[in-house]
Amino acid sequence: MMEYEYNINGGDFSKAGFASSSLKKALKQLNIPSKLIKRIVIALYEAEMNIVAHAYEGVIKVEITPEKIYINVKDKGPGIEDIQMAMEDGFSTASEEVREMGFGAGMGLSNIKNNADDFEIVSTVNEGTELKIVTKIS
Amino acid sequence: MSHKAFHHALKIQKDICIGCSHCMNVCPTGALRVRNGKAELYGERCVDCGECYRVCPVGAIIVEQDDFSKVYDYKYSIALVPEVLFGQFPEDVSKGLVYKALRKIGFNDVYEVEYASEILKHTMQEYMKTAEQEKPFISAFCPAIVRLIQVKFPSLVEHIILQKPPLDIAAMFYRKKLEEQGYNPEDVGIFYITQCAAKIAAIKSPVGEHDSDINGVINMDFIYNKIYSSIQNERPDAVPGSDYDDKLPSGAVNWSLTHGESDNIQGRCLAIDEIENVMEFLEKVEDEDIKNVDFLELRACDESCAGGILNPENRFLAVERLRSNSNAQDAEEKENATQEILTYYNFLQPKLHLQPVVPRSIMKLDEDMTRALKKMRRVKDIMSRLPGVDCGCCGAPTCSALAQDIVNDEATLKDCVFIQKRYEKRGLISKDESYEIMERIWGQNKFNQS
Repeated sequence: MMEYEYNINGGDFSKAGFASSSLKKALKQLNIPSKLIKRIVIALYEAEMNIVAHAYEGVIKVEITPEKIYINVKDKGPGIEDIQMAMEDGFSTASEEVREMGFGAGMGLSNIKNNADDFEIVSTVNEGTELKIVTKIS
Repeated sequence: MSHKAFHHALKIQKDICIGCSHCMNVCPTGALRVRNGKAELYGERCVDCGECYRVCPVGAIIVEQDDFSKVYDYKYSIALVPEVLFGQFPEDVSKGLVYKALRKIGFNDVYEVEYASEILKHTMQEYMKTAEQEKPFISAFCPAIVRLIQVKFPSLVEHIILQKPPLDIAAMFYRKKLEEQGYNPEDVGIFYITQCAAKIAAIKSPVGEHDSDINGVINMDFIYNKIYSSIQNERPDAVPGSDYDDKLPSGAVNWSLTHGESDNIQGRCLAIDEIENVMEFLEKVEDEDIKNVDFLELRACDESCAGGILNPENRFLAVERLRSNSNAQDAEEKENATQEILTYYNFLQPKLHLQPVVPRSIMKLDEDMTRALKKMRRVKDIMSRLPGVDCGCCGAPTCSALAQDIVNDEATLKDCVFIQKRYEKRGLISKDESYEIMERIWGQNKFNQS
């Protein structure tokens, strides 16, 4: 088993993508098929972006076993009021400013779900959100 | 590590190599080590970019070319030349003079590779319209880039445009043309004048195609000398420009320079040259960070082919000359001239296709994931003990390269000088032993001096 941990700061768009890019390097070393790497990287990138765009701070923990890759994303932030609505394509609470930067198109959560084998989301308003993203290998 | 499947035009001459590690430190794929005082190549990692050749202080790295006498083995031999050849000479050496010199030194005819770009200009556009491939499309022009993608960015092989580069198309066309004129195919010898090692490797062991129409490869610096001496000898009464007809449009002249392709492709196109720049950008493509880009022109050398390692002339001067030449001559007339190669469009078009480019990752620690995971844990553990200064004294370019060599049984932890010092202090190894380790890596010669 291998573990990685990344701390993400809200609002730091310049560094967004660091966690997914660094995990990608590890997955390449493990000889994981590139299609699978792509799915994991997309899911993690979206999760990372969600913290940067919406939360104050967050921690991403990745656990790699020969069978599965577990990603846990936990942030301190505003939380999500209506998760079902947030899961829909195109739903977004991103500010105009964020959208102008090309983010916040509202595909985030559904994109994560589509690229995961198992997906769980728990959120408390005014506290934060926690995601569990699991990808099966082979 | 024996992988004989890949032809490398770059060869290390062990008897000349002084084991200085300059090459090791610039290799973009980490393919070089120093052992027994000599540079050693991991063949499967090398993409023939030639960065090592540029920095070798003693000329120990050579680009293996064909023997020039091979040109005389054919009844009809053709010099297939890239446009950058004409950028190597000062202004008073005209294209006509170079043509004449090439004929004088033994070629029956000369043909410029860039004519083939007239075909590609159409077919690449068509390809991008119809191919069910992921965007951005990546040009297959630079063979070092194709190999770089295979080994370092395996997930991106599917972005490569599966069409032959101009070099192969030009050779196919010229061979066909001579056949139609009644020449026996066996009597025709096509020789490419190359500015880099990657093109040689691509001809000798092509990626995505079976055989090449090219019979031999001659290095640019070698032919440069031959042309120069030929011109020097007959300078006073030389009549330039008499035996060739320059119809090459300016877009074609610049094809191998930076923006040469991207300026001729519709849509949102980016041109990136120099291999480190390309790697930085490909990381972003891999992260899906690059959106709505249609086409990427990627070249391993700074200033693209003008920066080829075998070019004697400074790359910026060469570019300036090529661009001013292409602008100078009656531009309008040239753009409208009918290129002979275009009349072979229907013959060439079906033959342009390349087989899918197969990934062969050098990143993986092991084929088997469970074993790779174990190795990765070990790498992490070793990394925590290494100093992280990337001094290269262990004979590997970086601490992380050493760590990977250790888990693959190609090196030991004691190869690190910092570890040696630590072990010595704790009495775990003797002074003699640590001395021997350094001798084993850097060779006895380096320690014989008083």
